[in-house]
Amino acid sequence: MNKPVNTPVNNLEKIRKSLSRRNRSERLFRWYGRLAIFIGLAAVTVLFTDIVSKGHGAFRIAYLQLEVGYDQDLIGVDNLTDPEQLILGNWQAVPKQALRQQFPDVAGRSDKRKLYGLVSNGSGFDLKDRLLANPLLLGTRETVWVLADDDIDTYYKSWLDGEPYAARLSDKQVKWIGELHDQGKIRLQFNSNLFTRGDSREPEQAGIRGAVMGSLFTLLLTLMLSFPVGVAAAIYLEEFAPKNGWTDFIEVNINNLAAVPSIIFGLLGLAIFINFFHVPRSVPIVGGLVLTLMTLPTIIITSRAAIKSVPPSIREAALGMGASKYQMVMHHVLPLALPGMLTGAIIGMAQALGESAPLLMIGMVAFIVDIPAGFNDPATVLPVQIFLWADSPERAFIEKTSAAIMVLLSFLIVMNTSAVWLRKRLERRW
Amino acid sequence: MQATNILILILGLGLFAFYLGRGRSLALAKPLGGIRHIHSLPSYYGAHVALWCALPSLLLLGLWMIFDGPLINSIVLKSLAAGGMVVESSGESLLMNKITNLAQGVLPRKSADPELVAAADLMLRLEVISRWSLTALMMTLSLIGFGWSWSRISSSFRARPRVEKVMEKLLLACACVAIFTTLGIVLSVLFESIQFFRSVPIDDFVFGLDWSPQTAIREDQVGSSGSFGAVPLFVGTLLISAVAMCIAVPVGLMSAIYLAEYASQSVRGFAKPALEVLAGIPTVVYGFFAALTVAPFLRDLGASFGLSVSSESALAAGGVMGVMIIPFISSLADDVITAVPQSMRDGSLAMGATKSETVRNVIIPAALPGIVGGIMLAVSRAIGETMIVVMAAGMAAKLTANPLDSVTTVTVQIVTLLTGDQEFDSPKTLAAFALGLMLFVVTLMLNIFALQIVKKYREQYE
Repeated sequence: MNKPVNTPVNNLEKIRKSLSRRNRSERLFRWYGRLAIFIGLAAVTVLFTDIVSKGHGAFRIAYLQLEVGYDQDLIGVDNLTDPEQLILGNWQAVPKQALRQQFPDVAGRSDKRKLYGLVSNGSGFDLKDRLLANPLLLGTRETVWVLADDDIDTYYKSWLDGEPYAARLSDKQVKWIGELHDQGKIRLQFNSNLFTRGDSREPEQAGIRGAVMGSLFTLLLTLMLSFPVGVAAAIYLEEFAPKNGWTDFIEVNINNLAAVPSIIFGLLGLAIFINFFHVPRSVPIVGGLVLTLMTLPTIIITSRAAIKSVPPSIREAALGMGASKYQMVMHHVLPLALPGMLTGAIIGMAQALGESAPLLMIGMVAFIVDIPAGFNDPATVLPVQIFLWADSPERAFIEKTSAAIMVLLSFLIVMNTSAVWLRKRLERRW
Repeated sequence: MQATNILILILGLGLFAFYLGRGRSLALAKPLGGIRHIHSLPSYYGAHVALWCALPSLLLLGLWMIFDGPLINSIVLKSLAAGGMVVESSGESLLMNKITNLAQGVLPRKSADPELVAAADLMLRLEVISRWSLTALMMTLSLIGFGWSWSRISSSFRARPRVEKVMEKLLLACACVAIFTTLGIVLSVLFESIQFFRSVPIDDFVFGLDWSPQTAIREDQVGSSGSFGAVPLFVGTLLISAVAMCIAVPVGLMSAIYLAEYASQSVRGFAKPALEVLAGIPTVVYGFFAALTVAPFLRDLGASFGLSVSSESALAAGGVMGVMIIPFISSLADDVITAVPQSMRDGSLAMGATKSETVRNVIIPAALPGIVGGIMLAVSRAIGETMIVVMAAGMAAKLTANPLDSVTTVTVQIVTLLTGDQEFDSPKTLAAFALGLMLFVVTLMLNIFALQIVKKYREQYE
């Protein structure tokens, strides 16, 4: 380094020689960058294609066309207004009898059991609901589409796609499905159960309605609690707080809470809300409280940013006109900062909607069939429902899980795009 | 539901009081010649009356709801003890549960112990008394507050400053929720952990090499002792986090550099939000993806090379976690890189350096503190991530550094120990809180340290 340079020509030569190497490394570096971007984008694409390709099938489900007879003796019901009879009635006998008539030459116990396995275990209850809606049908016959069993559904879909998956079916069942298909008595219909029913152990009966309602109640409570409190905290910290140790302490707390793992909030909820305050487990109240504490830092931070973006001239003008500090904040700063705060609230809610780890701790992971009707009913939420279904061994649940993920993702996309839209629409440049 | 009714009642009373107070001040102002002649605007007088009417009784409601349950429980327990029943402190919560269930009619009364039925009746009676006395007290408080503040309305009464002061205190209370949350976390985790460390020594927990938290149902069961050595969990957590970082750091950093330094406006406008989509996907979706797509793929890939890859390999969970963290690192790194002053770039380019040399030798060193801080935040996130590992990592605690093997993590164990109904005081459930304490302390330290670094770095260039 310290050696004096005697011949500049030599140096120039050196630089010229190294130039191609340096240019090559420049190009290489650029390609590394492109590769990194490509990996990121590829991950997004693969994830979405994987979910959609697994889940799109769940929106349609196989039905069998059967000629059922609502025979009073067979069901053991002669009065449809007697609740005890309705409970004791042998409803599953209706589709079973229809199946026997469809395939009269099936004999033997095991064959018959396989035959009955073609329709869903709950199809008798579907027929019961149909009968109750139209009591005149009792004692008559009609041709209806009956929900098929999940294994039949899986096989039929895979067979239509040209890659039959018959691992859980016997050869006879495969043959029967082929016959039904040739007669046009099996078809795929829109799967309305997915959107109108609660959870079930039978994949073909399971729906996400219960989880969606649970998510709705939980999020409603979260929004009602965290938005006012978060905005109030942000206003205090930005406009009223004196610069002292206490304020700094609050700020450090908020920043750290934003980075605390979500599962810790679950431990908090379990120890404080459930164990100390005896709030019942599994209800949207406790879920909402935990998610409130979790989203509060996000909402406070975005609300503070929104308040900060209101120019000081507005404040000075209000104060100059004789408004008190409180009036200045409430009448001028808050309305101008509100769009930014709303955006933050939507983003916080989207975060809360996708969150599941803390809810596992507080019992929102239970198997709940009934659709919750209020804040105090046991419920689960959409992401936890996805977790539960993903753990189920039945193959048909993979499809269901992916479909539930598609629903969850579309909620999130709607929320996030509306946040972006709101920001673009209402944002004011000063 | 009684509490909600009272709440609605009090809020309604407050609204009513607001209009009464406002009306009174208006009536006061009229003979004086308009509201110019009273100290504050009429709505402030109304608000003052409303606050005095509603706030004290709402405070009472809050305190009552905290203390009334435990108080009733202790009275019921005392009555049992007075009746000659021996109540051990360990069986207390179980007994209380039984009585509550009897009182609510969940358990049939016929088959139950008559003493417990009597206790359940006592509990019901106490609850009714508590509810009615609460309502009566709250109404009295409201009326007293209302009457007092009503009588103070006069033309010279300074309603506005008083209302504003109360409002400011309310805002402060909202800001303090963050402190209470932290306090709640620390206390809840700490208390249970201390209880846990009473039965399991702390050094056995932190340095023990064997984790099998099964506690015995029968005395003579094999492996009934249950050992709580958390080292395998720490190693598993670090292994998965390391795999995640190996993917997230290079990809996140390089994409941030490319987007900040090379990409045209249109590429940036498309790629940045597209990458941020990854940050918005719920972790349970990543978990599903890892468990059902990535893990089987890696296992089959390994099998085709003759490697045995576990179907719950750390590689699958860590890899997917890495993908999740990419946008986190890239957006943080993007922030710090764009914060490096343009003059430094210009200086380097003017000296004849190529763009990549500028990035490597000038921008990265200048932005290093911020990048390191971002990476530390990402590590804390990886350590605390739950759903991906719960779904895609294993349950068995193995002490291994092989990413193809199945390991378990701290968060997985917390979830498995706490889901399902266990008695709350068993060391098994308490162990989850001890793990939670470890997790909280480690992530807290990482966060505080990282935030400090990032803050210092920001100040440097501002």
